[in-house]
Amino acid sequence: MNTNNAPPPVGSNQPPKMTARGVNVFYGAKQAIKNVSLDVRADEVTAFIGPSGCGKSTFLRCFNRMNDTVDSARVEGEIKLDETDIYAASMDVVQLRARVGMVFQKPNPFPKSIYENIAYGPRIHGLAANKTDMDGIVEGSLRRAGLWEEVKDRLGESGTAMSGGQQQRLCIARAIAVDPEVILMDEPCSALDPIATARIEELIDDLRGKYAIIIVTHNMQQAARVSQKTAFFHLGTMVEYGDTSTIFTNPSEGRTKDYITGRYG
Amino acid sequence: MSLTILFLAAFGLALVGFQIGRARGRTLVATSGIAAGTAARARIGAVHSRPNYHGSFVALLALAPALVVLLGWSFISEGVLTDSVLASVPAAERPETSLDRTSFMNEVRGLAAGEIDEPFDLATIPASRVYAATQTNYNMLAGAVAATLAALGGFWAYSRLTPQFRARNRVEVAVRWGLMLASLVAILTTLGIVLSLIFESLRFFQMVSPIEFLFGTRWSPQTAIRADQVGSSGAFGAVPLFWGTIFIGAIIAMLVAIPLGLMSAIYLTQYAKPSVRKVLKPILELLAGVPTVVYGFFAALTVAPRVRDFAVWLGMSDASSESALAAGVVMGVMIIPFVSSMADDALNAVPGSMRDGSLAMGATPSETVKRVLLPAALPGIVGGILLAVSRAIGETMIVVMAAGLAANLTINPFDSVTTVTTQIVALLTGDQEFDSPKTLSAFALGLVLFGITLVLNIYALAVVKKYREAYD
Repeated sequence: MNTNNAPPPVGSNQPPKMTARGVNVFYGAKQAIKNVSLDVRADEVTAFIGPSGCGKSTFLRCFNRMNDTVDSARVEGEIKLDETDIYAASMDVVQLRARVGMVFQKPNPFPKSIYENIAYGPRIHGLAANKTDMDGIVEGSLRRAGLWEEVKDRLGESGTAMSGGQQQRLCIARAIAVDPEVILMDEPCSALDPIATARIEELIDDLRGKYAIIIVTHNMQQAARVSQKTAFFHLGTMVEYGDTSTIFTNPSEGRTKDYITGRYG
Repeated sequence: MSLTILFLAAFGLALVGFQIGRARGRTLVATSGIAAGTAARARIGAVHSRPNYHGSFVALLALAPALVVLLGWSFISEGVLTDSVLASVPAAERPETSLDRTSFMNEVRGLAAGEIDEPFDLATIPASRVYAATQTNYNMLAGAVAATLAALGGFWAYSRLTPQFRARNRVEVAVRWGLMLASLVAILTTLGIVLSLIFESLRFFQMVSPIEFLFGTRWSPQTAIRADQVGSSGAFGAVPLFWGTIFIGAIIAMLVAIPLGLMSAIYLTQYAKPSVRKVLKPILELLAGVPTVVYGFFAALTVAPRVRDFAVWLGMSDASSESALAAGVVMGVMIIPFVSSMADDALNAVPGSMRDGSLAMGATPSETVKRVLLPAALPGIVGGILLAVSRAIGETMIVVMAAGLAANLTINPFDSVTTVTTQIVALLTGDQEFDSPKTLSAFALGLVLFGITLVLNIYALAVVKKYREAYD
């Protein structure tokens, strides 16, 4: 790997949780991501912003290899989780996804009870030895997602019967339940109303430090509120990457400035 | 002049009416006071309807009364003709019973049409001349009435054609009524079939108690023709038939069709590459296009002997060559595309975000299918299976050819069993009297079968529908 490709180091001095170097993504013949490199730190929230179709969601999905489920997608370059190449043949995608969780744009609870939604991941990964363990995991995850008080008396009810904001927090709790190291969030608030959005943003802030979080958003205020690092994407390239405060107050690239001031997007 | 010609003539008249009306419409357009060269905008409102609608309006008003008269006449003409023919026959030679009258009139009609040369009853020869003459007279009369009404309707319609006249709206109303009548035909026919099933079944239940029919375990529909006949007492306990139907259609066939259909649906929706799916799915659905009679002889000639050999190998020396297993397995194969395509739809209706959500948790594709997709698609799959069962128990050809006629009450799949549909075919094939309990029992069996499949279909469709709404 050409070290010249690496972005300038920013922030703390501990090694980055995930690193991307020279990543290209193709859908068939079309290139969706062009030579992107960045570091994700374990104690920070990293935001990907950019106009629709800029490739930020595609890039996010490289970090847990969700692009594998798209037949025509092809990923080049190197993405490492704690110094291990996640695209290496030795990396098992099941274990990778247990370590790198994901929350989707539209809340997608399973059509099961609230309890079963949370228990799903621990069950398939064999994390609970017995019912008491599982109860503990479910309660802990719901507590961390700030949902416990609202649902503790109706754990048997269907997860799909809750409000959109609750469903999304359920999905975050579901992701937390397998105790991942990284959580990817793909526009987690785009289907929610402002109040539910505020709750999710608070939750993201609470979770910071416990998990490395990467959030894709087209809402610049949200990126400014919740993230410490921001990467701006445009037409498949990463235009600028740095401290959120710098990007939003003093961007070095003209395109970033134009986007942030609402010139396009 | 036959009725067919009269009907054709009515349509001919309507065609003429159409031409006249359309010509009139064109004239209206041409003379509506707009000189050539005026803006098109002005011409559009000047004559309300296009000439074709004027023509159709005239044609409809000419055709409708003529059709009503001719249809009405064609329904009552036989009765009227029979009365006048019988009245012409001298009282001494007049047939007395209704059965005699029917055969007498059949001969009369045959003679009049030139199909019979030498009648059995000589009195029919003069009667047939009366018949032919009366028929011609009456048909002429009906034709004249119809033509007059058609002309009146046509002229009245023609007289109403003005630039302001809303011919289009009237024609649209007529079209709507026509479409409604067309849909009524199917509904009324079904109703008629159900009613005929019910009434014939009632006749049957006057001879055989419904309790015996529904709960009796001995089926032997052969009734004695002569009092001294041996072994033909007639027993109408239909339980062995119901059991055979369920055993073959709902148990053995489903044991084959459900796993294979489900698994192929799972493969096609979850694992197969789009290119593979594009080839495999149509091939699988082609199975549904194979005529059931082909499955039937495949079952009887290819599968059944092997099943029997297998049974002999297992140590059943008296294995029958007509086994429940052979018929059931082949029927199951026939049903596979049905189950698979319903399951395919149900799995596809589960939002892709469920699948993504599960995969993103680190679930393998098979865990995703087992724990998320199948539970979510279950109502749709169950609905599909119920429809498949209803199809299987109504299926006839395979069981007729491969299941046999012995009404055994057995759970041994190598034994011969019989089904409701097989028995109906057997009861009604050949020369039969239509008032014996033997023949009438076919209607009772049909009624039960109809009832079961109806309930299954309604329930299955309700399940499928409820489920479809869940993800909208």
